[in-house]
Amino acid sequence: MRAQGRHGRMDAQDGAGRMQDDDAVAPRAGAAGDAGPEIGPDADQRLALARQFLEQIPHARALGMVVTALGAGRAEIAMKWRPEFVGDPRTGVLHGGVVSALMDTCCGAAVMADDSGPRSTATIDLRIDYMRAAKPGQDIRARAECFHITRSVAFVRASALDDDDGNPVATATGAFTVER
Amino acid sequence: MADRNEPLAQVKSRRDTALATLVGGVPYIAWLGVRFDRRGDELTAVLPFADRLIGNPMLPALHGGVTAAFLEVSAIVGLTWTALWDDMEAGRIAPDVARPDSLPRLPKTIDFTVDYLRSGLPRDSYARSRILRLGRRYASVQVEAWQDNRDRPFAQATGHFLMPQG
Repeated sequence: MRAQGRHGRMDAQDGAGRMQDDDAVAPRAGAAGDAGPEIGPDADQRLALARQFLEQIPHARALGMVVTALGAGRAEIAMKWRPEFVGDPRTGVLHGGVVSALMDTCCGAAVMADDSGPRSTATIDLRIDYMRAAKPGQDIRARAECFHITRSVAFVRASALDDDDGNPVATATGAFTVER
Repeated sequence: MADRNEPLAQVKSRRDTALATLVGGVPYIAWLGVRFDRRGDELTAVLPFADRLIGNPMLPALHGGVTAAFLEVSAIVGLTWTALWDDMEAGRIAPDVARPDSLPRLPKTIDFTVDYLRSGLPRDSYARSRILRLGRRYASVQVEAWQDNRDRPFAQATGHFLMPQG
């Protein structure tokens, strides 16, 4: 199945190197099973590459998405509230479609950030539970975690947050293809 | 029972005004570029292709979020349209394009599950929704999107919605 194929390689430019390229990040070079906190120049470089990757996705750019954090199999992406993204003008609440796009992108980024370095990924399915309306005017962030990955499938969960950090706007779970 | 002798122009104007009010009241629908074709009570959502909808520039392919959003927009408009049809036809509501609040509030999405069946091509997309159940409080909707071939959908979704009260 070719599936959706929307998340390309996290290449800096062309086929020059994956986000998990040896040159870019060496999470496993020194310590075995290194899953420590993402700090230092490697992490910075990884984040810079992910930002560059997102910049090249026209729809992510159109929505104003920015990668704010990246770790092994984890990603956080933020975007600004804008009046044109509103789903109900009587309340100013963001449309669910915006939340979907953000969650989907963030889940894809988490898959790409897995230490095994997938070449690309595509959404197989994504379920979103909308727990409450996002507060009008507040920026929205998604946090995604790839909690299991096989040779060909990645399982991801995510949540969307506004300023009220402990009270998610929505949660998502999805299955993604893994291209090796 | 519909009035057989009601002037055709009046019938069309009533329905088109209601649809324009419903769709025009949502900024995000305009931003995404979705419009609706109407044949009687049947709605087809149309998403003309645009570069800013791309999620994978290498292929290229539509962004999965665009697909999800298009399906959700189609489901919400389809559900609202079905829910207001009787009131609209009976003249119990008077939609006014200049006043989005002349229509009942929109349903709220409880959950929405998208299946991605194949890659979304850089082409126009179409979607139709089917109301599986419309209750007083909850509704279930199925929606399917296709591009070149109606029989080869590239995505489908099911969602549950909370209907506006009062």
